[in-house]
Amino acid sequence: MTLSADDLSAVWLTLQLASLTTLLLLVLSTPLAWWLARTPSRWRAPIGAVVALPLVLPPTVLGFYLLVTLGPNGPGGQLTQWLGFGTLPFTFAGLLLGSLIYSLPFAVQPIQHAFEAIGPRPWEVAATLRARPLDAFFTVALPLARPGFVTAAILTFAHTVGEFGMVLMMGGNIPGQTRVVSTQIYGHVEALEYAQAHWLAGGMVVFSFVVLLGLGLLKRGSVRVSP
Amino acid sequence: MKVNAMNPQATENTIRLSLARPEFTLDVDLALPARGITVLFGASGSGKTTLLRCVAGLERAPNALVQIAGEVWQDERAGVFLPVWRRPLGVVFQEASLFDHLDVRGNLDYGLQRAGGSAPWRAASGELLAARDAAVELLGIGALLARRTHQLSGGERQRVAIARALAMQPRLLLLDEPLAALDHARRQEILPWLERLRDELRIPMLYVTHAADEVARLANTLVVLEHGRVKAMGPVAQVLSSLDAPVVLGDDAGALIDATVHAKDAQWHLAQVGFAGGALWLRDSGLTVGQGVRLRVLARDVSLALEKPQHTSLQNLLHCVVQSVAPDSHPSQTLLQLACGPTVLLARITARAVHDLQLVPGTPVWAQVKSVALVA
Repeated sequence: MTLSADDLSAVWLTLQLASLTTLLLLVLSTPLAWWLARTPSRWRAPIGAVVALPLVLPPTVLGFYLLVTLGPNGPGGQLTQWLGFGTLPFTFAGLLLGSLIYSLPFAVQPIQHAFEAIGPRPWEVAATLRARPLDAFFTVALPLARPGFVTAAILTFAHTVGEFGMVLMMGGNIPGQTRVVSTQIYGHVEALEYAQAHWLAGGMVVFSFVVLLGLGLLKRGSVRVSP
Repeated sequence: MKVNAMNPQATENTIRLSLARPEFTLDVDLALPARGITVLFGASGSGKTTLLRCVAGLERAPNALVQIAGEVWQDERAGVFLPVWRRPLGVVFQEASLFDHLDVRGNLDYGLQRAGGSAPWRAASGELLAARDAAVELLGIGALLARRTHQLSGGERQRVAIARALAMQPRLLLLDEPLAALDHARRQEILPWLERLRDELRIPMLYVTHAADEVARLANTLVVLEHGRVKAMGPVAQVLSSLDAPVVLGDDAGALIDATVHAKDAQWHLAQVGFAGGALWLRDSGLTVGQGVRLRVLARDVSLALEKPQHTSLQNLLHCVVQSVAPDSHPSQTLLQLACGPTVLLARITARAVHDLQLVPGTPVWAQVKSVALVA
């Protein structure tokens, strides 16, 4: 066995974190993406920019602000303490919250683009066929936007697996709680354990390649002939 | 349901609305006949599609009144506005807009599962299923039901879209340039189906187009829109043959006549068609006796004589009375409206001929028809 128990624990934690982040983000992003795709509101541009911020900001900046906000003296931290949750930094929950923010654009944007590409017409057609708005959303808009959801899920998952700076700031590097693959690799390198770093790092390369390849094949397969 | 009690006498269809838009100000007051196709004709930007969308409830016009088959769909003064999904209508859009995630049958059943205000998971009633099957038969799409939408041709897609709208048993069918996205061959493929709808359905149809050939073939009633206002409105033959607001279909003014095939002359390959006020011979292109046809007689193909012409090569002579005389676009030309019984013809002759023959309203004349075109 070339991976230590610590390594496997980091892999397992990474998978948990990425899966939970993906699942939660798909649910949270759908209404947001729908709103961004359809609203005539003047808030559309600023909100869209806020959603996209994690794309350009260094993860350490996000991590820093989250740390400050959610720390014992920050407003978020005081709220979570008042609610009886303690403070979130250096816990799995804190790591999850950071990941949700960090990966938000990777979930919102593909779904938003899918909704925009569909346009309002199928929605109108559904209404002329007696579908109430919510009904039309679930039976027309969601199925037609499926390629966008698949892309969003894959990108979010992969992006969460690959995060490092945010994890370091928000999670620390606590084995079994907040130590994920990327920080584990960092630890191995710091300790000059290059062989173990190789196994994990190589695994990440293969994983990322497979994800991107799969995404490419999927995109080609789901090209729709739209009128 | 916030609809008026059904009044058996209130079957009229009233559309009254005004709406200001940057390009035009829509201001119309229409009464649709209980059945047949009412064509909304006008250039792009005349407001015809917006009008249709307002009737559907896809857009909301302030101060609008929309009453179809005695039911109030919208009456802003009374605070009534039914959302689209509560209006018993069918809409056919320009592009077929089928749901690509469903097959043809799934598209047809989508509305059925929701009709009658029932929950989507409730099975459709037998009556609705019968309506769907009738629509499938009417549009000839029985063989396509299991296909995916991307396996259909443009014409087939549009036929499925029409059937999908009809399966809902709408009180009003709205068609927004349903042929505009199709090439010539596909248009020719669909037009007979639309004629069938016109002749067989017992509901009003509002049909938006800017294509003259569709007006000639399909319209029972014609509404001409210009910058959001009704420029002319009435039975299509009457609107087309009026002199004051001439709508020029295609390249020239002309009259549109609904006729029936009376007789055939097999020896000379001719068919005689009769209409209220007269009869005409035309080339027999495989017509059957008793068949209804629509003819177009262009103003430039009609010449006039005061006495019945003898020894002429023209086979089609109609006895008419001059109804009105109006100047044409060029000062040398004059456009005359002729009454041939209740049927109206247009004739274009020179102003000098009008003067020489002393043609005035009331003058009996013989119209010599040089050419008759079969529209449908």
